[in-house]
Order: sequence, then C-alpha cells, then structure tokens
Amino acid sequence: MYEFDWSSIPGALPILAKGMSVTLELTLTAIAVGIVWGALLAMARLSGKPWLSWPAATYVNVFRAIPLVMVILWFYLIVPALLQQLLHVQASTDIRMASALVAFSLFESAYYAEIIRAGIQSVPKGQVAAAQALGMPYAQVMRWVVLPQALRNMTPLLLTQAIILFQDTSLVYVIGLADFFGAAYKVGDRDGRLVELLLFAGLIYFVICYAVSWLVKNLQRKSVA
Amino acid sequence: MIVYDKVSKWYGSFQVLTECSTQVRRGEVVVICGPSGSGKSTLIKCANGLEPFQAGEITVDGISVGAPGTNLPKLRSRIGMVFQHFELFPHLSIMANLTIAQVKVLGRRPDEAAEKGLQLLDRVGLRALADKHPGQLSGGQQQRVAIARALAMDPICMLFDEPTSALDPEMINEVLDVMVELAREGMTMMCVSHEMGFARKVAHRVIFMDQGRIVEDAPTEEFFGAPRSERAQQFLSKILRH
Repeated sequence: MYEFDWSSIPGALPILAKGMSVTLELTLTAIAVGIVWGALLAMARLSGKPWLSWPAATYVNVFRAIPLVMVILWFYLIVPALLQQLLHVQASTDIRMASALVAFSLFESAYYAEIIRAGIQSVPKGQVAAAQALGMPYAQVMRWVVLPQALRNMTPLLLTQAIILFQDTSLVYVIGLADFFGAAYKVGDRDGRLVELLLFAGLIYFVICYAVSWLVKNLQRKSVA
Repeated sequence: MIVYDKVSKWYGSFQVLTECSTQVRRGEVVVICGPSGSGKSTLIKCANGLEPFQAGEITVDGISVGAPGTNLPKLRSRIGMVFQHFELFPHLSIMANLTIAQVKVLGRRPDEAAEKGLQLLDRVGLRALADKHPGQLSGGQQQRVAIARALAMDPICMLFDEPTSALDPEMINEVLDVMVELAREGMTMMCVSHEMGFARKVAHRVIFMDQGRIVEDAPTEEFFGAPRSERAQQFLSKILRH
C-alpha cells in the first residue's frame, strides 16, 4: 500500500504560486488576443469578399487541424530565431514565455473565430437591416448591434473554450516552461513525491475550473432574469 | 421625393420586380397592397438600398440610390423605416434604442438625443417605458417605439413594411393611430399594408402589385371606387369581404 506524504507541499507553495501566475498569464493573454483577433477573423470570413474570407478560412482550418503541442514547439523553435533576427536580441535571452504567448494566442484565435462566427450568425438578419436603415455603416452595425448580441449568445461557448485553454496551458512543459503543472512536476520530482504533487495540482485545476463555470452559470441566470 | 424609374430586380434567374415606375411626392401618403409574394416589400426596401436592384433607377430627394458613388448610410439616415417584426435592439433599453443612432450616426450630444427621444416617446404615448427593454413590451408598444426610433432621426420620408401584420388584432389600432397622425402632419409615407381602412383614411394613392409588377397606381377614391384591373378587383373582394 502506497503511503501518502503531503509534507513537501507547504514548502513548495511559493514555487507553485509562481507557476500559477505563468499559467494565468498565458490563459488571460490568449483569451484577450484570441477574442480580438478571432473576432476580426470571423468578420473577415463573413465579409463575403474572397480576398478577406479565403485567407481567414485557411488560417482557421490550418490551426484547427494541427495539435496544440506541435504549434507550441514550432513557435518555440521558429519565433526565437525570427525575433533574434528582427530585433537583434541576444541568443541567450529567455524567449520561452514570449513564444508560448504567441503560440497560444494565435492557436486560440482560430477556435474563438469559429465561436464568434456562429455567434454573429445567430443574430437575426432583421437586426442588421434595422441598424443599416438607421444609417449605420458596417462597422457601427457590428459594434453597436450585432456583436453585443452575438457575445451574449456565445458566452457559454467562450467560457468552455477558456476553461479548455486554462487546462491546455499545461502543455508548455514541452518547452520547459514552468507553469503551474510544470512547477508541481518539478517539485514532485525533486522530492520524490510526484504522486502527491500531481494529485494536488489536479485538485487545484478542478477547483478553479469548476468555480469559474459555476460563477458564469449564475451570472447568466441573473442577467436573464 | 421618391422616384422609381423602371426598376427591375432578379433573385438569380427569378424576376421579383419588373419595370416598376412610380413616384411619391413630398407630403404624399402612398399605400402599396397586393397578394403575398407580389414584390411589395422588396419594392420599398429598394428605396433605401436594403435590397439591391439590377436595372432602372430610384432617386430619393434627388439622390440616386443605386449609383455606385452614393453614400448609402448617409442617405439611409434620412429615410425612416419601420419593419414588420419591429426589430428593436433587444440588448438596449427603449431610451438607448431611440438615441443610439442619433448619437453614433448624426453625432448629436447624448443629452440632446435623450430629450428628443423622450419627446417622441411622449408622442407615441410610451414615455413611462423609457427604461424598459424591448422584451418587456407588447408587440404594439414595440412597433410604436420603432416608429419613434425612426422619427428621432428627423427623416425626410418614412417607409413602412407591413407594420401591423405581425400584431395581435387588438394592437393594430394603436399603431395605425400613430401612423394616421403622422400622415395628417404631412409626412411623406410609403406603406406596404393590407389595412384598407387605413388606406381609405389617409392615403393619397394606392398602388396594387402582382407578380412583381405595378398593376394599378391610382388616387385612393378611384382605386376603391372602380379598380381598373381584374386582378385588383379580385384582391379587394377577397380582403374587403369581412
């Protein structure tokens, strides 16, 4: 029978907290960039202009057809070399965080684009006609009439995607970036208490994800009532 | 004010409008009727460019709607439109529905726009509902707000696309009352409607459409007195029987 020994966890909390801040930074950046860039991609896809919709569709389809781990690795291998050439930063500068931020943001944008596209299409055409009839140009129709309604319709999906993203950030272990999962793994490995540390990390992931989805469900109920 | 000159429109190979010509003069009220699918709604939606057309020309206040250089948003901001399904913005309060285009499109100050909005809500008898959301209003109330929203832009003319046909019968009159008052004040109006009582009361002319053509275009008394076309006679006998 395996004997649990949780004693190494209290001492590891500062390292774990630091890992969590990396995880949150990745998640929040990817959500913010993903929604803005995704919204632009979605509008490009719906524009009806081939020179806009075709590249946007290609972007979305390519990113959705590649495993996230590979995107993270590719960006880790390519972005540093690019940045070093463009900005003349030193080869020794740690660029793992930057490349991970770029990889997640661009990857998530593809998923957000599809969610936002469906959201935009869920707004009745009559709403667009009414906004146009009031003299609004396309950008205003989107900004004041379509997107606010679309956003409300797609909140549940956006949230689900954010939770998946929060969990997926653990994949940065492939480039040796110490996010929450990476930190827990390192401490566990160091102290020979891998099982305890990973169980603890799993519990924290669960608590956060469950709390967020519960919170949003309640907020939604309130806004409907 | 609004001039249609041989306007034709196709959906693919199907022709929905065939060489429609008519005009609405300043201060004139014109009611368009006809069986469903006859192109009435399409005809008035061409007037503010919500529907494109492939042949002919429409000018509103001297500006060509179909010309490539026309600033359509600007032209639309001067043409009021009321839809069959109201199309109030459900995420905005009634007041915000009335002010958003005034502020964003016309560049009015928010307080100025709000004052105008309240004044118009008063006029349609709904001042007390300013802070509600569209979902909390009855259909008739929503349509009156929609009329107020269009009027808030100080339009030079108003287009009505079957404004009462999605309403429960007991709500039709509250909307028609607002429209009658508007007509009597001299607003230039084009209304797609089957409300023949309304047409008799305020229309200067009645247009009858069938299969994408303007079959009859006559002064109101003449139209109800003795429609020239057989098709219009049939149509009238069907809808006036009850």
